[in-house]
Amino acid sequence: MIALLAEVPYWGQSLLRVLGGLVAVLLPAGTIVYVFLFKMMSFMQSRLGPMEAGPYGSMQLFAEVGKWLQKEDIVPDRADARIFKMAPVIVLVSTFLLVVVVPFGPEAWFTDFETGVFYALAVSSISVLGILIAGWSSANKYSLLGGLRAAGQLIAYELPMVLAVMGVVIQAGTMNLQKIVVAQNTGSMFGIDAIGHPYVISQFFGFIIFMIAIQAELTQAPFDMPIAESELVSGYMTEYSGFRFLIFFIGEFATAGVFAMIASVLFLGGWGVPFTWFGWTSVDDVANWMNFVGPLIMFTKMMLLVFIIMWIRFSYPRLREDQLQRFAWKGLIPVALINIMVTAILKVVF
Amino acid sequence: MTMLGDRQQLSYIASQAADARLNLELETEGMTLNIGPQHPATHGTLRIIARLDGEQVVWAEPACGYMHRGYEKLTEVRTFPQVTTLVNRIDWLGSFANEVPFILAAEKLMGVEAPTRAQYIRTILFELSRIANVSLFLGDLGVQLGAITPVFLAFRDREYVLNLIESATGGRFHPNFDRIGGLKDDLPAGWIDETRAVMKKLRSFCDQIEDLLFGNEIFQSRTRGIGVIPRDVALQYGLSGANLRASGVDWDLRRDQTLPMVWDKADWKVWTHPDGDSFARCWVRLQETRESTKIVDQLLGAIPSGPVMAKVPKIIKVPEGEAWVSTENPLGEMGYYVVSRGDLGPFRVKIRSASFNNISITPWLLRGVYVPDIVTILASLYFILGDIDR
Repeated sequence: MIALLAEVPYWGQSLLRVLGGLVAVLLPAGTIVYVFLFKMMSFMQSRLGPMEAGPYGSMQLFAEVGKWLQKEDIVPDRADARIFKMAPVIVLVSTFLLVVVVPFGPEAWFTDFETGVFYALAVSSISVLGILIAGWSSANKYSLLGGLRAAGQLIAYELPMVLAVMGVVIQAGTMNLQKIVVAQNTGSMFGIDAIGHPYVISQFFGFIIFMIAIQAELTQAPFDMPIAESELVSGYMTEYSGFRFLIFFIGEFATAGVFAMIASVLFLGGWGVPFTWFGWTSVDDVANWMNFVGPLIMFTKMMLLVFIIMWIRFSYPRLREDQLQRFAWKGLIPVALINIMVTAILKVVF
Repeated sequence: MTMLGDRQQLSYIASQAADARLNLELETEGMTLNIGPQHPATHGTLRIIARLDGEQVVWAEPACGYMHRGYEKLTEVRTFPQVTTLVNRIDWLGSFANEVPFILAAEKLMGVEAPTRAQYIRTILFELSRIANVSLFLGDLGVQLGAITPVFLAFRDREYVLNLIESATGGRFHPNFDRIGGLKDDLPAGWIDETRAVMKKLRSFCDQIEDLLFGNEIFQSRTRGIGVIPRDVALQYGLSGANLRASGVDWDLRRDQTLPMVWDKADWKVWTHPDGDSFARCWVRLQETRESTKIVDQLLGAIPSGPVMAKVPKIIKVPEGEAWVSTENPLGEMGYYVVSRGDLGPFRVKIRSASFNNISITPWLLRGVYVPDIVTILASLYFILGDIDR
């Protein structure tokens, strides 16, 4: 967008970026909530889901948001009020920071970081802080247990996530997310460049590990023990009500969307189509209309990945905390390390 | 300060002492977690007081009585036919099964026996209420473990069974259909064919649940080896029903005692499991649901013609005496000890409900487990709050 908006003054650019960030986070989040949480889940469970608000219940989310906004903002007596109020915001901010580096088109991005991958992985772990302080400041035993579980879980699964991304970084030879997209769409496999070279094929194990790790980072079932409604009532969110709960709720789905965007950038070729389809050779050749089609392609890929995340969420029971840790440390991390090693060797050989 | 009665004062002192003890213990021990009486995991008002060390339970105790309705006392001011209305509400998911042992006890005292047709219909409805009860358990099991989908399948398919019970008895949850000497009515037309179709659906529901839950690795790792009850401990604590059979005790009152019911006319199997863990308890219940559908199928084809009501006087006076009848209810052994002084109503009724005895094992069972396993174990023990508190 920098290039597109070169004529706009700085304050205008900043404003547009903030609005763009809001759209890029909240629009997918709302769509995910409606399409997957309300409808797909209902169909899987042989029921209709919301049908009253708007045609086929399409306005249900607005109704829910309206409901939450009307509710009283309750802060428990013994809670650490300032921190208690801050926690949901921190969780959401980490999502907004995450979307900053995601490229949506050849020139449609918020910022173009050389070390975008590094930045994304770093800011994604800010949400742990929010969750931990939410659990701690609520002055509730269930919240505390949920917060501690979340902290342990998110830290454990950050490692396989980072290691899975390492494979992609080695293959692409860059940490810039835009260049990773370009590398996938200009690449070729065994001399065939009809579909480019999406890393989901050559980094298949990396992709699987990454998806499992983000499932855990998002605390979706089977890794939802921080919330575990049958054990901990609602985990770290137990004491939240009204719009603060809404922020947690939206944050959960927004983060799912943004993580899916990053996964689609890293493994599915992001906004791009294989450049050979239109005879492009580098990112400079890409036609301007890709700045508008690119986000749509990205959105489609994101929805596909979110579909997988939600599908697993709705069909699996929950692991136990120690089983989850064992799975991360004894299963995912060794496999991810082997994946890096093999990738590095092959990169040198070819 | 207002004057308190003796009993109130005693209970007040006791509660103060309990608080003091708890406070004292709080300083030296870890965290005391109060699970319930309002907690999503206990589906009712059971309260589990658990002292935790980290996430490990050091000590746990169930506190029941939040829903005590005094049914044993209430029966003393009811006539015999009226009591079924009360006992319906003990285990509210399998209500018809609650009526049967009480009616059988009254019949035993009076020396009447229901006609064969009534016995068949009783047995069929008994098994239907078992299916309605346990199918909900199978769905609820998923929710307790974090899988949200099975419960909707369970509610969907249980509805078919409830519709059957409703069309036969007029009540979905509280049929109140059993009478001393037989049944209120005969079956409606077309009921038998409909029941056959529903049994087929229920069998496919069992297959579905088996695929969805029991075959799932996460489910297995959450339940296998968790909450193991050895055979002798199960017997010591007086467990009954599927909880006992899952510990390898081959004991089923439907088979082991002779009552004026017709379970022996059908060919079915009592399932046991050697492991005694949570998985075994769930698995035994799943198999029992299948067996129940088989029993119903076989009995439907064998219902003899005849009246559904024996000859009993209009005003029922039960002769003096005492009787104990228990049956294998969905939750375990349910029995009534009825004492009559020759009046219109019972002089005293003692209700032995399965869940009360089944949860008595929780202090022993929950020691040393993790917080997530509390939920698994409670779910697999399967209790109904009404059945605990009565």
